[in-house]
Amino acid sequence: MNKAILVLEDGTVFWGKGYSDNEETMGEIVFNTGMTGYQEVLTDPSYKGQIVTMTYPLIGNYGVTKADEESKSPMVEGFIVRELCEHPSNFRSEEPLLDYLKRNKIMIVSEMDTRAITLHIREGGAMRGILSTSCFDVETLLAKVKQYPSMAGRDIVRDVSCSVTSTWHEEKSISEEYQKYEPFVTCNDKKDFKVVAFDCGVKKHMLRLLDMMGCDVHVIPAATSLEDIKALNPDGIFLSNGPGDPEPVSYVIKTVRELSEQYPMFGICLGHQLLGLARGAKTYKMKFGHRGINHPVKDLATGEVEITTQNHGFAIDIDSLEANNLELTHLNLNDQTVEGFKHKTLPIFAVQYHPESSAGPHDSRYLFKRFIEQMRVFKQERK
Amino acid sequence: MPKREDLKKILIIGSGPIVIGQACEFDYSGAQACKALREEGYEVVLLNSNPATIMTDPEFAEATYIEPITAEVVEKIIEKERPDALLPTLGGQTGLNVAVEVADLGILDKYNVEMIGATQSVIKKAEDRELFKDAMTKIGQETPQSGFARTIEEAWEIAREIGSYPLIIRPSFTLGGAGGGIAYNMTEFDQMARKGIEYSPIDEILIEESVIGWKEFELEVMRDKKDNVVIICSIENFDPMGVHTGDSITVAPAQTLSDKEYQLMRNAAIDIIREIGVETGGSNIQFAVNPKDGRMVIVEMNPRVSRSSALASKATGFPIAKIAAKLAVGYTLDEVPNDITRKTPACFEPTIDYCVTKIPRWAFEKFPDADPVLTTQMKSVGEVMAIGRTFKESLQKALRSLEIGRFGLGADRPDPSWSTDEIRSKLIIPNCDRIFAIRIAMKNGMTCEEICSLTKIDPWFIYHIKDIVDFEDYLIENKDVIKNDFLKDDIVRRAKRMGFSDVQMAYILGITEKEFRKQRIDAGITATFHLVDTCAGEFEAYTPYYYSSYETINETKPTDRKKIMILGGGPNRIGQGIEFDYCCVHAAFALKEDGYETIMVNSNPETVSTDYDTSDKLYFEPLTIENVLNIYHQEKCSGAIVQFGGQTPLNLAEKLEQEGVTIIGTSTDSIDIAEDRERFQQLVKKLKLLQPPNGIARSAEEAKSIAQSIGYPVLVRPSYVLGGRAMEIVYDETSLDNYMKFAVEASPEKPILIDKFLQEAIEVDVDAVSDGKDVVVGAIMEHIEEAGIHSGDSACVIPPFSLSNDIIKKTRQATIAFAKELKVKGLINIQYAIKDDSLFVLEVNPRASRTIPFVSKTIGIPLAKIAARVMAGKTLKEIGFLESIQPEYFSVKEAILPFARFPGVDILLGPEMRSTGEVMGISHDYGVAFAKTQMGSNHKLPLSGKVFISVKNKDKRTIAFIAKKLADFGFHIVATEGTAKVLRNNGLEVEQLFKIQEGRPNILDLMINREIALIINTPSGKTTRTDERKIRSTAVSHNIMCITTISGAHAVINGIESILKKGLTVTPIQEYHLLNTNK
Repeated sequence: MNKAILVLEDGTVFWGKGYSDNEETMGEIVFNTGMTGYQEVLTDPSYKGQIVTMTYPLIGNYGVTKADEESKSPMVEGFIVRELCEHPSNFRSEEPLLDYLKRNKIMIVSEMDTRAITLHIREGGAMRGILSTSCFDVETLLAKVKQYPSMAGRDIVRDVSCSVTSTWHEEKSISEEYQKYEPFVTCNDKKDFKVVAFDCGVKKHMLRLLDMMGCDVHVIPAATSLEDIKALNPDGIFLSNGPGDPEPVSYVIKTVRELSEQYPMFGICLGHQLLGLARGAKTYKMKFGHRGINHPVKDLATGEVEITTQNHGFAIDIDSLEANNLELTHLNLNDQTVEGFKHKTLPIFAVQYHPESSAGPHDSRYLFKRFIEQMRVFKQERK
Repeated sequence: MPKREDLKKILIIGSGPIVIGQACEFDYSGAQACKALREEGYEVVLLNSNPATIMTDPEFAEATYIEPITAEVVEKIIEKERPDALLPTLGGQTGLNVAVEVADLGILDKYNVEMIGATQSVIKKAEDRELFKDAMTKIGQETPQSGFARTIEEAWEIAREIGSYPLIIRPSFTLGGAGGGIAYNMTEFDQMARKGIEYSPIDEILIEESVIGWKEFELEVMRDKKDNVVIICSIENFDPMGVHTGDSITVAPAQTLSDKEYQLMRNAAIDIIREIGVETGGSNIQFAVNPKDGRMVIVEMNPRVSRSSALASKATGFPIAKIAAKLAVGYTLDEVPNDITRKTPACFEPTIDYCVTKIPRWAFEKFPDADPVLTTQMKSVGEVMAIGRTFKESLQKALRSLEIGRFGLGADRPDPSWSTDEIRSKLIIPNCDRIFAIRIAMKNGMTCEEICSLTKIDPWFIYHIKDIVDFEDYLIENKDVIKNDFLKDDIVRRAKRMGFSDVQMAYILGITEKEFRKQRIDAGITATFHLVDTCAGEFEAYTPYYYSSYETINETKPTDRKKIMILGGGPNRIGQGIEFDYCCVHAAFALKEDGYETIMVNSNPETVSTDYDTSDKLYFEPLTIENVLNIYHQEKCSGAIVQFGGQTPLNLAEKLEQEGVTIIGTSTDSIDIAEDRERFQQLVKKLKLLQPPNGIARSAEEAKSIAQSIGYPVLVRPSYVLGGRAMEIVYDETSLDNYMKFAVEASPEKPILIDKFLQEAIEVDVDAVSDGKDVVVGAIMEHIEEAGIHSGDSACVIPPFSLSNDIIKKTRQATIAFAKELKVKGLINIQYAIKDDSLFVLEVNPRASRTIPFVSKTIGIPLAKIAARVMAGKTLKEIGFLESIQPEYFSVKEAILPFARFPGVDILLGPEMRSTGEVMGISHDYGVAFAKTQMGSNHKLPLSGKVFISVKNKDKRTIAFIAKKLADFGFHIVATEGTAKVLRNNGLEVEQLFKIQEGRPNILDLMINREIALIINTPSGKTTRTDERKIRSTAVSHNIMCITTISGAHAVINGIESILKKGLTVTPIQEYHLLNTNK
């Protein structure tokens, strides 16, 4: 058995099994509590800069399939599981998880006590860590991991955003498959709305849903200028999810501030934070964030609770909303943090959680409809 | 939404006796509901006929009715109590059915009682397969192609429409799939369709396209008044469609669904609960998925808490029944806190970071004639659950929790030498050994692909089993490596993490378990304990619910308090069921009150003992030496109670004591005196008491000579068994030969006990509690059936109805003498036989007995609680219990037998226990009390109609009296020649029938035509005539009351007479108990 080691920045060490010699990777160690959806997690660009550990111990059970990728390849810096399944069983499986990760040069370790790691992070907060199968000297590894930049203050959006503008499209076979997997979505083949989507590390499924619901989706690099966006003459602006700290992404915040006065706008996750910052709210780094697919969120307008997918390490300060004319619309029932807000007069709103929820429950698809409704009103008024 | 203030009093209906398909999970859910509602300030009125439940403890409701669960009784209770609401969804199918019945009869409207949780129409929509199918079509969900038939002709039409076999037959409104099955050909179809129509209370069956071999999943769903819906748990079946989910090995969470498929299932579940309209509470929805293309069909929905929801609650830590009760009175999910995290609400979906495996426990050894093939009709009598960090670990833990002599998947005994054909057939035909057959097949070189194709079990499971088998081989190869260097390459730790037990490791290494354990502990490879926390560690958990694994951190935090460990009873099985769990729960309650920290260890997910708030700490673990010691040492307990959980913990007692565990209460030496024949004989002699002549045989020859010397008939049985396993009455040498040859293996280590069988004696059971100084008799129970029928299977009554004061006094004195001589500290149960005014002692058990809950409910004194406090050091004087209670009312206990589940099995009662549960009837009139037990066991007590009488020669004189009474009540008597003649001679009018082989119409025809209301048939000896057997099994399948003993017949006519004269009244046990205290 190949040994693998994890050293955390506070000196804590965990042992496990590696799959290749001479591998090493660093990142912020975070845990995700979803029992399904490992492939979506791996390919979610929001995990850039992070090593993810799954709390569910049996990972790889149903293999991987192209249709479940949330971006073109895995984005995590490393992957830690308790037990890796080498014989997946599912009619959709195209290859075992291990092969997929090897092919994409993502380091995976197994047989590690993932519960101990999770409890450690819960108590000590998210921290940097280094995974290695090449060096087992704790001091050396510790020195290395301390050199690794912290999440706070770092712009990782740059690393994951696209470089040129494109319009969303995907293989027919995949889009057809999703008609089956999205029973709550009413499809609209006519492209009634032109949406400009900021790619801060966007998950495919957000774009796919907009497309399915009748949007012509133009995906733009995060650093696109205000003029270029306006030139596209959009009916609405979509702010995607993305990795890391929102504050250093000042270029997007600046553009968004201008756009938010002029267009309907819908932000998700990092997009929620960027829109908040653009409108004057404040953000902060959470102790260990929310990552999973079972977080209860209350829609304050209806009193109903949605079970949501979450993936964030930063959040909006709840006390910074009111002064900036922002209204809290969604609240996390576990820890009472901000899960969504809207502007009191402008047609802009955002949620911290993932209403596209891939992976996760489909409880919040209505938000996409809400965005489309706002665009419809906007279009009519513009006429 | 806050709780409803317009409701004050709520009626809850329990599930009645433990039967196959409806076990103590409904005590768990019902007890939770009672607690939850009372916490909210509601008055609870409870109906349940089962005295062995925790929910029928008088402090769980304001008024507890231990009465038959029938519409008539419910109406009487409603009339008396005037509840505002009826909560029908927590008492299993029985509670639900009777709720619908009273609603249909207009009783709820009449008394203005609101059905909360699920209304009558919702229940119908979910339960009526036709309405359900329509509802599914409406919301675009697929169900298997199917049709309903109410006649055999309609059935054939549907079969032709579907066009291919096999076909599934599901009778409407039956429990656990009773009367259903899989028909592979037209002949089978004809038989099964007819049987199904008969079994269904509405004469209806569903004939369904087969989805056999598809993957089977279940979701546990909850919904509140505000329409919030959450999924509590997903479950995947190891055995594919075709095996009843209660008979399947299952795992939680679902393993082989990608998120895309899982969400599709989740969406469907949400749509379904909304469409069916379950307003508040939990539901269980079953899905079948085609492994080839993912096509998903809805199999069924239960609009109530179920066996699976109990499992889901234990698997996730989310108390479904408790929350369901709170939702039923108006709370919403976001208003109810999650007990485990305290800080977060119950409105979320639990996520777990371990794997849970449930394995059913069967009792085919009790029914040698039953068909052991697993089908859509549930046959298991209990189940175990195990938690591990991986499937492999939890599977092996679950296998050793079963207590079938296995300590994991394999490597714990020599492998059976099955032929290839045997292996193939064990793989193809679902059976209770299949999991072991898979391993043997692998050992014999069969590939995983081949096994998958033969079993249709998903490859995911098969490859995991392969990993275990491969690792076993690896361990065997590295045996010497481990012996030389225990820590080499972490092999041992890896094995432990894969769930290999100390017993398996020792077997592989060729050393003793004790030796291995010492080496393991010396090497620092010790168990770690982890929390079941509903959130995979994301939030701090406060609920002390643990499982063991071999990880890097230990999450238990032992306190400084004095701790007592209570060992539970493991899986329910015949002979060891809910009664023992009841005792364990009482021990936990009592010791908690006395200031001890209580530590519960058990492996049965259906029970109240494995509810995390029953004890201070719950360890969900197999009851093996290894697991118990791990916990005992981890917690530094000051003692362990082994006398409450039935045979399971008793079997561990000696070894535990050798390992330094302090067994509190009666000493293991005293237990040994009671169990060891020779030592016991000396004791009986010393006390100058009588015992039937007996001997111990260590070989077949010895058995014969003993039998000869004491004279036939004799009672033979293996030593150290519970529930009369393999116990038989043998009338002659040929039968003894057969018994020694086929039933048991006699050896010096496993001797056979031989007793003179006292024919026509009256059997008496006594439960008493003793502190070593004082002894208080709880109750003397007189059996209604004569001696020779296992005490667990015979009806009994408190107080004795036919014994003289002198005999009662003798019995009492003998009991006190035994308790004192054995220095009993705790409970003692003694069985006596009374013949010709002499008292013979049959058995002494210095431990909790099956009758403790029945006695406690009858006298209103919690004997188990008192015993637990005594065991921990209190005296009876300190507790203030020194006087026996002499109730002035009658309380009858009747056994419930599972014969309807095993067609063809003879229903004749004998010394081997075969009942699954019991009901209690209580009244000031003995006849009424008895009648209530008959009504409670789902027999309508016949008050008129035809009675068929056929008795053995010996009984012919007594039967005349009984027949005369029946005739006086207006019954019409039918009989065959011999009996008819006797009755006519006694001046009775009798319709004479052909014997079965003589001609038609015979009794069977009349039974099938439902012309017979009652059968009295006493058998003519051990070798039962086929005729009698046919009569009895037809009676079972047609639910006709069939009495097989004269004493039973007396009791029945007593009951009929009382009901005819006095009618039925209902009274809560709290009122009866007041009579005792007011004396």
